[in-house]
Amino acid sequence: MKLKINGTVRNVDAPDDMPLLWVLRDLLGLTGTKYGCGVAQCGACTVHVDGDAVRSCSMSVSEVKGRSVTTIEGLGTAGLHPVQRAWIEADVVQCGYCQPGQIMAAAALLRVKPKPSDSDIDDALSGNLCRCGTYQRIREAVHRAAAIAAPGGKS
Amino acid sequence: MSARKGPSRREFLKTSAGLVIGFAVVPKTRLLALQQPGAARPLPPPNAFLRIGEDDTVTVLLAHSEMGQGIWTTLPMMIAEELECDWSKIRVETAPAAPVYAHTEFGMQMTGGSTSTSSELDRYRQVGAMAREMLIAAAAAEWKVEPAACRAESGFIVAGKRRASYGSLAKAAAAEKPPSSVKLKDRKDWRILGKPTKRLDSPQKVTGKAEFGIDVRAPGMKVALIERSPVFGGKVKSFRAEKAKAVAGVRAVVAVPSGVAVVADHFWAAKLGRAALEVEWDLGPGADVDTTKMAEEYRAMSAADGLKAAAAGDVGPALASAGTRVDADYAFPFLSHASMEPLNCSVVLGPDSAEIWTGTQFQTGDQAAAAKIAGVKPEQVRLHTTFLGGGFGRRANPVSDFVAEAVHVAKASGMPVKVIWTREDDLHGGYYRPMFAHRVSVGLGADGAPIAWKQSIVGQSIMEGTPFAMMIKEGVDETSVEGVANSPYILATPNHWVGLQSPKSPVPVLWWRSVGHTHTAFVMETMVDALATAAGRDPLEYRRRLLKAAPRHLGVLELAAAKAGWGLPLPAGRFRGLAVHASFGSYVAEVAEVSVEKGAIRVHRVVCAIDCGICVNPAGVTAQMESGIVYGLSAALYGEVTLKAGRVQQSNFDDYLLLRLDAMPKVEVHIVESGEKAGGAGEPGTPPIAPAVANAVFAGTGQRIRRLPLRLA
Repeated sequence: MKLKINGTVRNVDAPDDMPLLWVLRDLLGLTGTKYGCGVAQCGACTVHVDGDAVRSCSMSVSEVKGRSVTTIEGLGTAGLHPVQRAWIEADVVQCGYCQPGQIMAAAALLRVKPKPSDSDIDDALSGNLCRCGTYQRIREAVHRAAAIAAPGGKS
Repeated sequence: MSARKGPSRREFLKTSAGLVIGFAVVPKTRLLALQQPGAARPLPPPNAFLRIGEDDTVTVLLAHSEMGQGIWTTLPMMIAEELECDWSKIRVETAPAAPVYAHTEFGMQMTGGSTSTSSELDRYRQVGAMAREMLIAAAAAEWKVEPAACRAESGFIVAGKRRASYGSLAKAAAAEKPPSSVKLKDRKDWRILGKPTKRLDSPQKVTGKAEFGIDVRAPGMKVALIERSPVFGGKVKSFRAEKAKAVAGVRAVVAVPSGVAVVADHFWAAKLGRAALEVEWDLGPGADVDTTKMAEEYRAMSAADGLKAAAAGDVGPALASAGTRVDADYAFPFLSHASMEPLNCSVVLGPDSAEIWTGTQFQTGDQAAAAKIAGVKPEQVRLHTTFLGGGFGRRANPVSDFVAEAVHVAKASGMPVKVIWTREDDLHGGYYRPMFAHRVSVGLGADGAPIAWKQSIVGQSIMEGTPFAMMIKEGVDETSVEGVANSPYILATPNHWVGLQSPKSPVPVLWWRSVGHTHTAFVMETMVDALATAAGRDPLEYRRRLLKAAPRHLGVLELAAAKAGWGLPLPAGRFRGLAVHASFGSYVAEVAEVSVEKGAIRVHRVVCAIDCGICVNPAGVTAQMESGIVYGLSAALYGEVTLKAGRVQQSNFDDYLLLRLDAMPKVEVHIVESGEKAGGAGEPGTPPIAPAVANAVFAGTGQRIRRLPLRLA
């Protein structure tokens, strides 16, 4: 089947019920999207489908036919995305495994709420687990990313 | 996502141009268990910690694994401090598995005990200084000046008006004889060490480019999932593979010692194939494990004294004579490390080689285990350490479980394989923080200070049955009693007894971030809080009195209390608790502000003070305190692995809960600059948080909770 991934049409030979996560990782070699739980509990596999954050471990590949999928590899179209820049500036990462999912969730939030409150951030990102406990910096970095992306911001 | 083609790092070391600093140390070996008795220690082969390229890049090779703790940044800081290089030219790689990278204290290549930064402070600075001197010698020879006339400056050697970049000198410097000794900078002259420094691994980790073990790909590599026994210690009686083999993409079904492996083109096929597999098990005694019964047994056992871990005076009569006495029973569950990256290991076997990619904390052990199974020599096992998606102790396994198993699958299937554990496999896979019970009786003297302290500890030994068993002294596994046997409260009590019993069970156990301190700090700090109540004193003031001979405990306690506003009014419904504990060479105090709403404990703010002695990267230490606090909070509020009829009852993050963003308190970290010997940072933030929260819960509700996870009556 044909899939639109990061702006490019890719042909994959996958059964309809194969989760998008494993199509991305094992068939397309896009390993930036992570496996953490397989049951939409941890958010490590978060990607965008038509701009919305989804858990790719629990979405079958047939559901994204004809839709536009963005992974961490395709997030920054011209250099780093404001969320990625903010993540570096706030020194967020530790082991880093959950961070692609966190960043994708944050980027999706900012698309609909360019200036999110703490509770908006809690609502949007509480589905993303971080075992290293970088949550405080994630909150800070989302605000920072909002400032970077704002008109007249630091971009 | 790079496709691998075999040889990489070692080949590169051999062939790359430029300066390669070989550096050998004779380890002050504490752990000799893996070496043959009487065998002469082999001289370390020439190897490299540092490479200066002709393009001016400075590549630092890490002898330890980066698992979030930040050594990707701290070890290069040490080299850069002495090398005087341009920080922007630093590149970082994880070293291969080789004897030269043995831990300076443990004698084996491993990452653990919160030692990666502190144990390398001399070695990595020396490497930087050696390289600097060799670059100076090369420049001096070329310019026909005295080395003393040359100086190193931001990636250049400078003498008068002459100036040459490190890259341009690298080749000539490589031919210089390494200096036999180097003088390291005085601490007051440090420009990089001790300064908050941002992580060097962020760019690749925010773009998805960082390669974890689970991301490794090699030509023809298959993915395998293993059906393991539903209870610990069970053996395969028989299996039928027909249905599994009928699943599209499944290439092989093979028996391995831990179960039956389904090898497929990709994870999804392996998962479907495994679900179709039919296995009959010989369960064995593992089927009888019941954690409710175990907890009852441990509690009953804790009435006995056990083997001596610490003693002074005569505790029995002293307890009997005390005017005030506090008795308490404690219980702690099994805990899973639950790293975000589930366990995995990739293996490619050749006729006389094994190539392995994995996120491991224990290269030396894994290399030896793999060699034995593959039938090759340890040096023929090329072990590539990737980034670790969390370690917390689980990836330092004395029996190399996840590596050994993957080598078995590669051998049995004859295919290059990546064994992936599902989240459920990972959570069911054992090697938990052991269950523990403590029974404590303390008698107070007329002044309110303890005159008798008796503590009986019951729990499985982590070291027993492993190559580390020689660390068990007279039956006492130090990791079971650390934080009690050496507690300043107990040492200040004239009559005390600390006893240990180490029952066995089929459930494998392991070190879990802060090891014994995960339970001992909770007991000590909630107990002292209860003693303060019994003595009618404020918890801070009471600790001050008991810790008179423990200045570093006191230092962090006072700082955390002051920054938290101890004693000042709080908003209605908020309560404070504090705790102070030393572990891994560092001292940490934490003050937690909590509320209890509708029976649920919510932590709003944590103020933390740490004295880790010489602090290499304050930004990293702050991050590690935040991290340790969250890790400890997950355990305090939710963490519990239970077994019934031998089956682990939790299976994923919907029933093994971790702290989420919406429950994250505000964490403030303050660093005491004591200038003492460098201590750890990865683990010491974890032990104080559970007791600090429990003490705050007592302040708010009057309930002394003595079991984890914290549950209100």
